[in-house]
Amino acid sequence: MKITLLDYGAGNVTSVERALRRLGAEPQRSNSPECIAKSEAIILPGVGHYSALIRALDQQRVRAPLVDALHRGVPFLGICLGLQVLFKSSEEAPELQGLNLLPGSVCALPSTVKLPHMGWNQLRLTRSSRLLEKISPEAFFYFAHSFAVTDSNGESVAFCHHGSDFAAVIEHKNILAVQFHPEKSGDPGSRLLQNFLAVCSGS
Amino acid sequence: MAIPDRGFFRIFSQSAQVPDNALPTVFNIVIPSEARNLLFLPVRGQRMSLAHRIIPCLDTDGARVVKGVNFVGLRDAGDPAALAARYNAEGADELVVLDIAASRDRRPTFLDTIRSVAAELSIPLTAGGGIRSLEDARSVILAGADKVTVNTAAVARPDLISELSREFGAQAVVLAIDAKRADDRWDVMVRGGRDSAALDALLWAKIGVARGAGEILLTSVDRDGTQLGFDVPLTAAISRAVSVPVIASGGAKLPEHFAQIFSEGAADAALAASIFHDNTQSIRELKHFLAARNIEVRLPC
Repeated sequence: MKITLLDYGAGNVTSVERALRRLGAEPQRSNSPECIAKSEAIILPGVGHYSALIRALDQQRVRAPLVDALHRGVPFLGICLGLQVLFKSSEEAPELQGLNLLPGSVCALPSTVKLPHMGWNQLRLTRSSRLLEKISPEAFFYFAHSFAVTDSNGESVAFCHHGSDFAAVIEHKNILAVQFHPEKSGDPGSRLLQNFLAVCSGS
Repeated sequence: MAIPDRGFFRIFSQSAQVPDNALPTVFNIVIPSEARNLLFLPVRGQRMSLAHRIIPCLDTDGARVVKGVNFVGLRDAGDPAALAARYNAEGADELVVLDIAASRDRRPTFLDTIRSVAAELSIPLTAGGGIRSLEDARSVILAGADKVTVNTAAVARPDLISELSREFGAQAVVLAIDAKRADDRWDVMVRGGRDSAALDALLWAKIGVARGAGEILLTSVDRDGTQLGFDVPLTAAISRAVSVPVIASGGAKLPEHFAQIFSEGAADAALAASIFHDNTQSIRELKHFLAARNIEVRLPC
């Protein structure tokens, strides 16, 4: 199984890589269009500013092969910003175009609460989830973000709440994504990554 | 307000607006996403909210933990990685590693320390001490830290905060403020809490947030090392004045101190060192103590 860890240069991918290795996977870091095109699974961890990620995808000519792979059904896991880029656009950088693979857009969380939404929070499941299988519904996950998908519909299998409801886990065919950081979320996070590996191997 | 903002009250208390992309049902009736979530929701009876964080801090000389060193049950007592592994297993919500010596020539050693600590963790790591530039911060982040703290260098050059925030995002920038009571206000102290910066702490916190700090690590110089409890008035004043989370630090000893700083002090997180290092206080027991007082914490952990 050739799992590509899309390393676009701004995010700290080491912790994701380490978490996957602990589970016996051997991800390869890459940002080459050729490598993305040949991947059997792709993980996109994202931290920082939305525009940095979008610009990197374009400058490194990764956008087209990535979208192509997702259309072909290659299993994908987006983490944090890696979830947000799946949508049409983000209020964080309205002039830029997201991957536009899912309906909805990324908005700023309301300023009635402290931002960034930083720390451990729980989820509310709306239907059964492949990523959350065998994880306690009470489990906490680690979030660190100020923007979120507040208008996602059918693809959200779990919501979180901070000022408003937002999509915490998205599952749409082969496109899976989480707003939190599984690699920083202790045992439940590790279990989630393991569940993604199971999706990749088709079990 | 007595009405909870969740559950059915929400439906009635807010005008349910139908989003443009709400999915039609087979009856061609549009159900607003809010309502649909509720309809399909298995009731769990849990209250969902952000947990208050408990954060142990390792003060190092770059390589070894140097403050509050009275460890129990560790083969190599001052080894940051061994302590990190212990806290990761005991339910710490994050870990902070500081280089309190912060001398230039020991920087490579501190980066090695960050790498070895990060390798033990499945929780977030914040590192700081002596971060003066974008490149300092980058090296710390590449070594495995999720966030960096800035303190003296940011007071000297507030642009540093903006630069870091633009490059790594606000969520990665923690403004550390050491504050000391001065009459009816608090002074910002620099160089390890020794010198006054002649700057009002409340004002500095607001400036730091405006420049892009995503969190404030607030240490009470008056309480630090006293074990008399956190500085409640200071923490409450800063926490209520800024829009970002505040980590209270300095003076913790008893579980009651933590309960008080989360309730009266409005802290989002609380940091301590020696009481965790020497096993005076177990993190897991502390969390059970807080949970029993209806303070939201991450459990089980």
